[in-house]
Amino acid sequence: MTNCPNEVVQYMHEYLDGEIAPEQEQVLNEHLATCEECQKLFDELSDAVALLELADPMQAPVGFTEGVMARLPQRTQQKKKTGVNRWLRKHPMLSAAALFLILMSAALFSSYNTNEQFSVTMQPNLIIEGDTVVVPAGEVVKGDLVVKNGDLRIEGQVDGNVTVIRGEKYMASTAVVTGNIEEIDELFDWLWYKMKTAFKGLAPDKTENQDTE
Amino acid sequence: MDELINKRINEVLKGNQDSFEEIVLLFQNRLYHVCYRMLGSREEAQDIAQEAFVRAYSNLHTFDQKRKFSTWIFRIATNLCIDRIRKKKPDYSLDAQVPGTEGLDMYSQIAAAEDLPEEEVERMETQERVQYEIGRLPEKYRSVITLRYMEELPLQEIADILDLPLGTVKTRVHRGRDALRKQIGTM
Repeated sequence: MTNCPNEVVQYMHEYLDGEIAPEQEQVLNEHLATCEECQKLFDELSDAVALLELADPMQAPVGFTEGVMARLPQRTQQKKKTGVNRWLRKHPMLSAAALFLILMSAALFSSYNTNEQFSVTMQPNLIIEGDTVVVPAGEVVKGDLVVKNGDLRIEGQVDGNVTVIRGEKYMASTAVVTGNIEEIDELFDWLWYKMKTAFKGLAPDKTENQDTE
Repeated sequence: MDELINKRINEVLKGNQDSFEEIVLLFQNRLYHVCYRMLGSREEAQDIAQEAFVRAYSNLHTFDQKRKFSTWIFRIATNLCIDRIRKKKPDYSLDAQVPGTEGLDMYSQIAAAEDLPEEEVERMETQERVQYEIGRLPEKYRSVITLRYMEELPLQEIADILDLPLGTVKTRVHRGRDALRKQIGTM
């Protein structure tokens, strides 16, 4: 093969690829007729291809399609996933607002911890004894009552909601409260209360806090 | 054929999952066959061919309907096969060049089958022998030889599937044939 033209091997492959030009095929044939070594190489290459061509086509196993269908992602799940993404992308303002609320709640938690002072909604007929606020018997307090970091003793009547934050509430047998009574000790209650008042604050509310110290 | 497939694809994209079953039925044998020749195991071939269909389904919206669907799905399947073959041999640095070879890295040297003693190979039945020889080819040549001789695809289509220049595919077919000749010759 040492004296053979370099392109002969290339022509063999072109022939086997079915891409050889007629004049090159003639060069190849003429050379193979005179060169035993190249003829041997060509036969071996042809044998390799012949072996490959013996390969039987194959059928996918039974149940193949069912297996694929069972492995497909569930449509509903897919929709949900993309739905959230799409929603976030379509409503950047709402997404920002949600993020803001999350950050705000952190601020609320911290105010729960730092605001340790005793305070009460000022109403005309309340009596304050140290850290205890008293609604005296026979008196009627008009409007909501909020006590922070102190106790509340109700002997009379409150026409409105009563809220005690981190304190105890004592109800005498004569006590009357027309609105809701709430005691707040836990962080979650506190957060909930803050949110409620924040939303109330959006609407005009005549019982604006007038805290006393 | 392409028109029918595109019709089914559009039905799937509109939410009709059942239309995908028809697409699977049309291609399952060819895809399974290619995967089997590449991987040499029926279980793995089924797993990878099915995975290829699942990937095609999930990414169907990215398929350009002006192109051939068969090329696209064969590309997904051959990529999965090549990944699987490479994962099987994690022991040495695959990106290192093999000394004395031109642009061949260790990936190209990976063969799925171990070499067997001569007597054992001679006792093989024809079909077993064919698969044995394909499996001994380096992965780089195995993919082009499989697509060329098992699927009888034109060289240009193989180039499209493997995302390689036509010249590279031709070179790999030539070298693959020569590698196969040497394998058989040493028996």
